[in-house]
Amino acid sequence: MALNLKPNLAEAGKRYFVAYTPGDDFYESLINAHRDLSDEQSELLNARLILLLANHIGDIGTLREALAIAREGV
Amino acid sequence: MLNTYTYPKYEYRTPPEIAAGKALKVPVVIVGAGPVGLGMALDLDLQGIPVLLLDEDDTVSIGSRGVCYAKRALEILDRYGVGDAVCAKGVSWNVGRTFFRDKEVYNFNLVPEPDHHRPGMVNLQQYYLEEYLVARAATRPGIALRWKNKVVSVTQGDSGATLTVETADGMYTVEADWLIAADGARSPIRRMLGLEVEGKIFMDRFLIADVVMKADFPAERWFWFDPPFHPNQSVLLHKQTDSVFRIDFQLGWDADPDEEKKPEKVIPRIKAMLGDAREFELEWVSVYTFQCRRMAKFNHGRVLFVGDAAHQVSPFGARGANSGLQDADNLGWKLKLVLSGLAPPSLLDSYSEERVYAADENLMNSTRSTDFITPKSRASRTFRNAVLSLAKDHAFGRALVNSGRLSVPSFLVDSSLNTPDEEAFAGRMLPGAPLDDAPIEKGGAPGWLLQSTGSRFRLLVFVDDPAAVDAAALSALDCDGIRVEPLIVSRRALSADSLTCLHDVRGVAFQRYDARPGTAYLIRPDQHVAARWRGLDAAKLRAAVARACGRS
Repeated sequence: MALNLKPNLAEAGKRYFVAYTPGDDFYESLINAHRDLSDEQSELLNARLILLLANHIGDIGTLREALAIAREGV
Repeated sequence: MLNTYTYPKYEYRTPPEIAAGKALKVPVVIVGAGPVGLGMALDLDLQGIPVLLLDEDDTVSIGSRGVCYAKRALEILDRYGVGDAVCAKGVSWNVGRTFFRDKEVYNFNLVPEPDHHRPGMVNLQQYYLEEYLVARAATRPGIALRWKNKVVSVTQGDSGATLTVETADGMYTVEADWLIAADGARSPIRRMLGLEVEGKIFMDRFLIADVVMKADFPAERWFWFDPPFHPNQSVLLHKQTDSVFRIDFQLGWDADPDEEKKPEKVIPRIKAMLGDAREFELEWVSVYTFQCRRMAKFNHGRVLFVGDAAHQVSPFGARGANSGLQDADNLGWKLKLVLSGLAPPSLLDSYSEERVYAADENLMNSTRSTDFITPKSRASRTFRNAVLSLAKDHAFGRALVNSGRLSVPSFLVDSSLNTPDEEAFAGRMLPGAPLDDAPIEKGGAPGWLLQSTGSRFRLLVFVDDPAAVDAAALSALDCDGIRVEPLIVSRRALSADSLTCLHDVRGVAFQRYDARPGTAYLIRPDQHVAARWRGLDAAKLRAAVARACGRS
């Protein structure tokens, strides 16, 4: 499974009339999840989130590809 | 400072009611002759309602203020008779560049979707728009526009509102069946009636400057996140007409507005931004904060609130004047039906419901842009910067960059005025949708579908062959006092007959409306879909019109 780098977010059952809405929906949820947390708590939330999503994706080849791209830009 | 624009001074005339000592009785008074109040007056004029429009000043907006007029606003301005003037004077832009720190992260080209009359948006200083609207209103005998007439008190009863109006020559009284408050974010009318507006102020300040470039500078939108010449903040550069550029610097909450406005402070900022010896001159400088808030409802008895008086958003995404014009678009025909007794006053609740829904969408989108542009926590800033660092190489990252989202009209899919579909349709022209445009020919001349609709109820009937149309039945469509004008949309060129026929020259209308021969759309006067069917049934049409008018 190649890493998908195209816009790929959508919510089941929701109808979108403009292309930016699903990405903005997700981004708002992401930032809201961090509301009122300390920096340390935010770091922990991010780590837990990555682990949850990695398990969901499952394919280690895909995850390694994502890890490499993420590290390149740091 | 330089002036590329000469402000008109509109003539004050002594109101005759002062000498006569009599109250002026009118069906509708609008307070505030900004873009929304003027648009509202022109909308009611199209409905045949005489309008008194009061403004406490005698000129147009000072400074460029509202800059971007989006497609839906342009279509409404077409109905008001100033769309061509605005588009001719305004500048179109397609290229946007996004910078993060010292690098261009990516650029985009908003090539407009073909086969629409109007582009996604044009940029134009607000004073031009107001000037064109005033000029248009002056040609309409039904609109009485009174400058330097200030409302100093207002009360309302069951059958109307009473206003005390102050002028240089004294006071007089206006008794109106309906009062429309288009008096801006601080709305004195709202305050005098003791009505609340709820929301929050954003803890940030922005410096906004109109700059006249002496040399050529591209007609592009440039947006910087955290640039070296203005660290940790954002900067926007936007082209307007007459070589005037809008520059917007985020300053932070602690900035001193009076200090920041001084030319000796502003000019070095702009020089650092341009990064070279390009010459420019300042035209207008202002420091602003903004609020994101709205009234709980927009109709209060005989008083109706439109534009900034009803709702305010952050400027990111151009949703102020654009949404205010859509308020006017939504309200005009409903007020007409109520005034003429063809619809119950409760139809005006649907004005509030539909425009509150739109206001919430605008508040949501502009707040999201604000949160992306000015992150409020370290985690939020880290994510923002991560998105920008991924945007250069990856499409998914670009989709998440939010430096302001194009203002688009709401799809009023939950409106109580819609008749739900009974049959299957593809595409996006569902009940509540704002109409998609399409190129057509009318009597052999090229035109646009949207130009042929608006201001009245219409029935679009799609056909292959005009011979199949029962012209007699269609030409007499009257739904309990409300006239529905049929418009035949045909794949074949039509010979002229008693019905208005649009030739769908390239099949775009059929495609966008997922039409088949026999498909019919009931269109509201504000160019939204009310109902649609695969075949026309007189009883269903009558029921849908009743529903769209709040009679059922």
